[in-house]
Amino acid sequence: MRLRTLLFCCGLLFAGVTLAKEAAPMAADVEVEKRMVAISEELRCLVCQNESLSGSHAELAQDLRREIRKMISDGKSDKEILDFMVARYGDFVRYRPPVKPTTWLLWGGPFLLLAGGIAALVAFLRRRAKEVAAPVLSDEEHRRAAALLDSSKS
Amino acid sequence: MKRFLIPLAVFFVLLVFLAIGLTLNPRDIPSPLKDKPAPSFNLPQLAGAGKTFSPSDMKGRVWLLNVWASWCVSCRQEHPVLVDMGRRNAVPIVGLSYKELRGDGEIDASRINPADEAALAEKRAQAWLASHGNPYQLTAMDLDGRVGIDYGVYGVPETYVIDKAGIIRMKHTGPITPESLQKQILPLVAELSK
Repeated sequence: MRLRTLLFCCGLLFAGVTLAKEAAPMAADVEVEKRMVAISEELRCLVCQNESLSGSHAELAQDLRREIRKMISDGKSDKEILDFMVARYGDFVRYRPPVKPTTWLLWGGPFLLLAGGIAALVAFLRRRAKEVAAPVLSDEEHRRAAALLDSSKS
Repeated sequence: MKRFLIPLAVFFVLLVFLAIGLTLNPRDIPSPLKDKPAPSFNLPQLAGAGKTFSPSDMKGRVWLLNVWASWCVSCRQEHPVLVDMGRRNAVPIVGLSYKELRGDGEIDASRINPADEAALAEKRAQAWLASHGNPYQLTAMDLDGRVGIDYGVYGVPETYVIDKAGIIRMKHTGPITPESLQKQILPLVAELSK
């Protein structure tokens, strides 16, 4: 009985600790938090490159989220915040990099591959259509075919 | 036979692309700060008795800004190279102590009393330099990493080559190796010093 009470108390203790830890980084303003998440989901965490800034637990990601919160509270627009990040970490931080000469291949590449695939498919289909085209029968063959058809009728 | 030629060619083209991809370092992200003025800041100097450092103090000289921390394992790897460079007086090196306490994964930064943070960080940084050697002309203390954000720091160590006019000419991410020093950094410094 005493052990159970002790365990229960321990549980309560840790519940308090985890709650305090979770609550600490939350901004007071829910709207700020919402915008922060929306912006940071568009950004790559540079430490763990396959994670978004919003989902990453890396130190730097936390710092940058704090920075974004601050900028939102200062009344900065989403574009200003994105520009702030790009000015420091480059286009690489954006999951949707801007369209410019160095990224033309990145944006156009998939469509080029699609066009290439369609061209290859069309060429293949045309060639096959030619191969399986109805054979042209000579007069002799026509006569034989007609003879066979007649004989099966009777 | 001919029908296998095209897939084979496509395969080899793919192979070449993959081989090139393997040699690239995904951590090597081109810095947008290259050829831009080094962001200004004003930070207290390590053991500077209240003195501060600002990049404009180095106007007219070619210098290196080396971002480091005592908790950073790769810094240990590159440090002998820096110490050797410092001994030869090749180029002035300014250290930027990046999040000395807050960046250390083994410390719960929220438990540190803000009033004690600066003193504690200085003590740790000094102890580290005492045991590993101090190649720095001075070290600026970036306790919260705010200056690091302005410089686009995403992994320590990082090194910036800054010219006489205060323009960042190169950013080196990761530990400086003797090769990168001889092949990239020193030639660039020599060229900029002309």
